[in-house]
Amino acid sequence: MIIGSQPKDFLLAVEALTVSFDGFKAVNDLSFYVDENEIRVIIGPNGAGKTTVLDLICGKTKATSGSIRFRGKELTKLTENQIVQAGVGRKFQNPSIYEDLTVFENLEISYPRGRTVFGALTFRRDAAVKERVQEVAEMVFLADKLAMTADLLSHGQKQWLEIGMLLIQDPDLLMLDEPVAGMSVSERVKTAELLNRIIKGRSVLVIEHDMKFVEDIAHRVTVVHQGQVLAEGSMNAVKTNPKVVEVYLGH
Amino acid sequence: MSDNSRFMNRSELIGLAVLAALLVVVLPLTLDVFRLNLVAKYLTYSFVAIGLVLCWGYGGILSLGQGVFFGLGGYCMAMFLKLEASSAANTKIQSTPGIPDFMDWNQITALPFFWQPFHSLAFTIVAVFVAPAVFAFVIGAAMFKRRVGGVYFAIITQAIAAILTILIVGQQGYTGGINGITDLRTLKGWDIRTDHAKFVLYFVEVGCLFVCILAAQFIRHSKLGRILVAMRDKEDRVRFSGYSVANFKIFAFCAAAVFAAIGGAMFTLEVGFMSPSFVGIVPSIEMVIYTAVGGRLSILGAIYGALIVNAAKTSFSESFPQLWLLGLGALFIGIVLAFPNGLAGIWRDHVQARIDRLSRSGKPKPGAGGLGVVDNIAAE
Repeated sequence: MIIGSQPKDFLLAVEALTVSFDGFKAVNDLSFYVDENEIRVIIGPNGAGKTTVLDLICGKTKATSGSIRFRGKELTKLTENQIVQAGVGRKFQNPSIYEDLTVFENLEISYPRGRTVFGALTFRRDAAVKERVQEVAEMVFLADKLAMTADLLSHGQKQWLEIGMLLIQDPDLLMLDEPVAGMSVSERVKTAELLNRIIKGRSVLVIEHDMKFVEDIAHRVTVVHQGQVLAEGSMNAVKTNPKVVEVYLGH
Repeated sequence: MSDNSRFMNRSELIGLAVLAALLVVVLPLTLDVFRLNLVAKYLTYSFVAIGLVLCWGYGGILSLGQGVFFGLGGYCMAMFLKLEASSAANTKIQSTPGIPDFMDWNQITALPFFWQPFHSLAFTIVAVFVAPAVFAFVIGAAMFKRRVGGVYFAIITQAIAAILTILIVGQQGYTGGINGITDLRTLKGWDIRTDHAKFVLYFVEVGCLFVCILAAQFIRHSKLGRILVAMRDKEDRVRFSGYSVANFKIFAFCAAAVFAAIGGAMFTLEVGFMSPSFVGIVPSIEMVIYTAVGGRLSILGAIYGALIVNAAKTSFSESFPQLWLLGLGALFIGIVLAFPNGLAGIWRDHVQARIDRLSRSGKPKPGAGGLGVVDNIAAE
């Protein structure tokens, strides 16, 4: 699965990334590389800096030093919306959707067209938009909920809606922060199935604690501990790594 | 499903027709010119309220400085009218004829450069739109690009209102000072002080109001309107949907500024003068109160709010001048606590809901109950 490649072939190259909050280095000299079409899972104990890494990539947090290159583009210099437009999508840990809008409108806002002020004013809800929204809504099991205001959805449905909002953006790199956390067993099964379907044809970076789920989807696993990479490799290799067992899996 | 993207739904159309009937037919037929002119004065504030609905109600940007833009529009118009009233023939007793009287009183001997273009009505009309838009853009860009928002933004707009008032009062020779720009007479030779002129101006204003309502309605029902709502609740998420939040906030703030300025320009025409007492902190806060009372999520509600609160202000402040301000404050607190969506919310939840139930009981639709509620929320 691991293909040796030149740096320019990486979809995402994170190098020497450091962020310091009042002297505390949440992420410390962290480097990793994600290939095209690779599914990478980041695991690690609580407070290891996993979510901070995603925050740094998507621009929510500004890096103190280091570089994040996506398709050769330096992301640390871009704003959040420019990073999204470059093709990076992010799903947050808690469902982050527009609760006052309907499911349809949530998906429509995420549709990648008319993102400027003028574009949004003149945006027309044409057949292409409606079709795409319908298609995505079916994928995330919400086709019959399009007219519903999003705050009336269940927790699991909100998670799916957010996945749908990402899907409609059609990002090249999809970042998911604990996508199955807080879901019921049946929702979890459906979500795993959904994720397996949507990760085709793009690279995915996932943070997850559910080891069964990680084994199911991961091509490679990066273990983060105290802001640094502790180990990296296939799930089997990582599982048997004594350092990893000690700080994370052993507990 | 797509109810919210339609330009106007049925109940909005009915609401607009009722407002049109009231303003165009009922009030002109039942009120004398003096009272009609008062209504015209109140209506100028409803322009501000429309802007606040977009900016505050939808975008969540609370501006406590709308008086600034109301004043900019009003002063632009006042400068034009003042220059026309200060013709050499009218001002020949001054030591420098041909300049506004207050300049002469302040020993200014030549018309300042920034007054010069206001000889032209075309320039003035353009300035009514452009001056507030540019000023709002500068403030908005400075604040929103740095992600200053919420209560900090409100305080800064309030400070700007205070600064502008102090500036106008202090620069008496250029601005007319605390008295403002008074003694306005004609518009292109047409005397605006006569009853007939006031009658005509009232209809011009109602016309402008409807154009503004339609413009606001267009913005609200475009995708931009939905992005404003999204931004109000989850600003960060909007960034991660690929939008520049700052640009959308700047747009909403500029739009609100232009609406306020149109109101200000109409105010000058209707009332015949403009002064810093319509620019400062107190009028700016009152404008927010009109909007809150009417309903900050409803364009029509905010218009009624401006009319009703101002009408109440006129009658109560005459009878109980000391109690009025306390009463206004109490009204604001009461509305915010008990009816966060103002009169429009009361109408929707109690009156409209009953009408719907009555009309529905005639021809029951399967499953209409649940979806209808959703539609109503979405339509609001």
